Formats: sequence, C-alpha cells, structure tokens
Amino acid sequence: MSFRLGYREDPANPWFSWQYVRDNSDTILAALREHAALTGRAVLIAALVAVPLAVAAYWFRSLTGPILALSGVLYTIPSLALFAFIAPYVGVGTTTVLIALVLYALLLIVRNALAGFHQVPPEVREAAEGMGYSRFGRLLRIELPLALPGILTGIRLATVSTVALVTVGVLVGHGGLGQLIFAGFQNNFYKAEILTGTLLCVGLALVLDLLLAGTGRLLTPWLARRGAR
Amino acid sequence: MSARSNPVEQAVVWLNDPLNWTNPGGVLDRLGEHLTISAAAVLLGCLVAWPIGLWLGHRGRGGGLVVLISNVTLAIPTLALLTILPLTFLGFGRPPVVIALAVFAVPPLLANAYTGIRQVDPEVRDAARGMGLSGGQLLRRVELPLAVPYLAAGFRTAAVQVVATAALASFVNGGGLGQIIRAGFGLDIAAGAGQILAGGLLVALLAIGVELLLAGVERAVTPRPLRRYRRRADRRAADATAGA
Repeated sequence: MSFRLGYREDPANPWFSWQYVRDNSDTILAALREHAALTGRAVLIAALVAVPLAVAAYWFRSLTGPILALSGVLYTIPSLALFAFIAPYVGVGTTTVLIALVLYALLLIVRNALAGFHQVPPEVREAAEGMGYSRFGRLLRIELPLALPGILTGIRLATVSTVALVTVGVLVGHGGLGQLIFAGFQNNFYKAEILTGTLLCVGLALVLDLLLAGTGRLLTPWLARRGAR
Repeated sequence: MSARSNPVEQAVVWLNDPLNWTNPGGVLDRLGEHLTISAAAVLLGCLVAWPIGLWLGHRGRGGGLVVLISNVTLAIPTLALLTILPLTFLGFGRPPVVIALAVFAVPPLLANAYTGIRQVDPEVRDAARGMGLSGGQLLRRVELPLAVPYLAAGFRTAAVQVVATAALASFVNGGGLGQIIRAGFGLDIAAGAGQILAGGLLVALLAIGVELLLAGVERAVTPRPLRRYRRRADRRAADATAGA
C-alpha cells in the first residue's frame, strides 16, 4: 500500500466534466433521489420518535439520565459498526441504511428538543397551570410552541449530518450519492464522478438546511418580530 | 436456538479462532493500523486546531468562524474526503487517510479551545493585566491553565470521533479494523455475517473504550476546584460544536 503516484494534471481525467454530467444524468438523478428519500424518511422517523422521548424525559426527571445516556452510547458506536450490527439481521438493503440513520439522528433531536423544553420559563408554566391547563393541554398549547426553536435546531443538525452519513450506505449498496463517489474511486479514480457526487451531497445538505431554516421562521413568527434569532 | 441467533454464534466462533487474530491482516494487525492512523490524525488535528482556537479565544474574535467551520465539516461526507485526497498531490497511502480524519477532528478541538479561553472570568483577566502580565504571559499562565478542562473535553470528543471514522478508511483500503467488516461484506452476507458482526463489535468496543479512557484522563487533568464546573463546560462546549 505504500506506492506513490506523482502529481500531474491529467487532461483526460478532469475534476469536473459537463460531458459526464450530461451522459449520466439518469444515474446521477437516481442517486440524488435515493439520497434525498433516505434522508427525508430517516429524519422524519427520528423526529417522530425523538420528540415524544424528549417529552417523556421532560415530564419524568428520572427518565432524563437513561434516555440521554442510551442515545449517547448509540451515538458513540461508529457508523460502520452500526451497519455491521444491523446488516446480518435485516439484510443488504435500504432498510439497514434507514435504521442506522434513524438511530444516529435520534440523539441530536432528543438533546436539542430537551434543551428547548428546559428553556420554557417557569413563570409561563405556572401561569398556564393557574389558567387551568391540563398537563397535556399545556404541552400542546404552551410548551411545544416555545420549545419549537430547540426542536428545529435538532432537526436541522440531524438533517445535515444524515445527508453526510447516507454515503456510508455504500457498504450495503444503497449509499445514494455515495454510490457515485465510491464507483468513481473504483472506476480508475474517475475524478469527475467523485466530485459530482460530493458537490451534490454538500449542496443537498445546504438546500435542506436552508429549507428547514425557512420553515422554522414561518413556524415561529414571534421570534422574528422580536428581532431575536 | 432459533435461526435469528446464528450471526451471533458465528461471530463468537470467528472471534475464538486464534488465527483470525494473529494472521497477517488479522485483528491484531488491523488494531495496530487503526490506532496508528487515529493517533496521527488526532495529533495533526491538535497541532492545527489548538493554536488557532487559543489565539482566536485570546483575541476574543472569530467565534463566527469557529461555528462556520464546524457546520461546514458536518456536511462533508467522510467518504468524499477519503476518496478525493489520494487523487491530489498527496498521493496514495497513509497521509491522505490521516489528513481526511484530521479534518473531522478539528471542529471539536477548535470549538473547545476557543470556548475554553472565552469562558475565563474577565475579572481574572483584568487582575492579571493589572499585575503587569503581557498578552503572551496572560495566555500562558492564566488563560491556558483555566482552559485545560475544555481542551481535555475537546480532545476526548475528537479522539472518539476519529477512532469511529477511521473504520471508514477501509473503503479506500486504508487499513484499520473496518477492513474486517468490509472483508465480511465481500463474502456472501450469509457466510460473512459472523465476521461482519465480530468486526462491528471490535470497532464499537474500541470506540467505547477510548471514550471511557479519555473520560478518565479528562477527570484527572481537571483540577479539583474546577470539577464541579465540568458539566457546565460539557454543555457549553456541546453548544459551541452544535452551533447553537
């Protein structure tokens, strides 16, 4: 493994080529679609699991430690190892990738959502209690809207890191744009293919992050009005 | 035992075969590679990130830059860096792998070094100035010692992340314990299940082991009076890396 190639600009193997993009638009679009679909589904499932977990940790103090510790341990397990644990049971397919992505996104959303809930001022909570809100009504009407910025921060972070993580799915043949990157590497180090995959990947993360930031602004108009943010 | 437990049994069998440990390319070889690559990457990351982070913190500016760097690196797939760097002037072999991993070690190291200096009480800083300490002396004798818990926390986060990411070096045949998992996938999924699971177990145990070890180191280097602030330090540092 210690052989070295001298650096020289090879005109036949440029870093970017429109020719490649034109000729392979179908493959590229399919990879992009798979990537976006995996990211979207993973973040959606993770959010649907994580927000109730955060609520549970918020309502019952004794659950906070275990929930944070468990998701922390899951986060420490290297992505490749996680794939290795899941693949023998689930098989080689999108499901394996999806499970791993959800487990990773979980911690980011739970931690940020919990931080959001803890930011609800105690006076507000007491006032709501005094107005006769039940625990559940208070959650829906008062605490959830006020914790929304925290939840959205978690979802944004989870989305960006999930987009990057999908590429590890090449291990089981479903890495979205990672397939392009990996195929380019194996295909005689075809730079144009590698860079197209990389650029689309980073671009996808950026676009999704901006979309979520915009959604967040629409959902929390009071923050913009106050000028905080 | 149902068929479900088969991969686990296979993994136990695989791990109990001494040849799988001692063969060339066996567990011991791969573990050595994994640790060498990771150590080099963390060291490189420290050499780059700490001076910059400490200096930015000392000057009291550049907080936006620190957040920007951590957000951008979050979006870059490891696989992309691992495949792109060997094709640049770096050439194939160890250096591009080490540099790719070091890139992901930089954000936690940088953010914690910056936060570590910034959290120093301004009154302490003023007192040191009043005693006639120069800028360099202030940094060396006052700010740096007070930032040690943060530096240790950043080191732990970075090291665990690098050890975890180093498993991906196997995608470009960069060595490390990930190779065992990759080789398992190279076989049929049914035939390789044991090896895949065994490799995953080794990688996960290594990451958790490093985490626990460095948590101990972090505690040991934190002076006793500063320990009760540790939790707060953790949270602030996490906020800094998360860009919150």
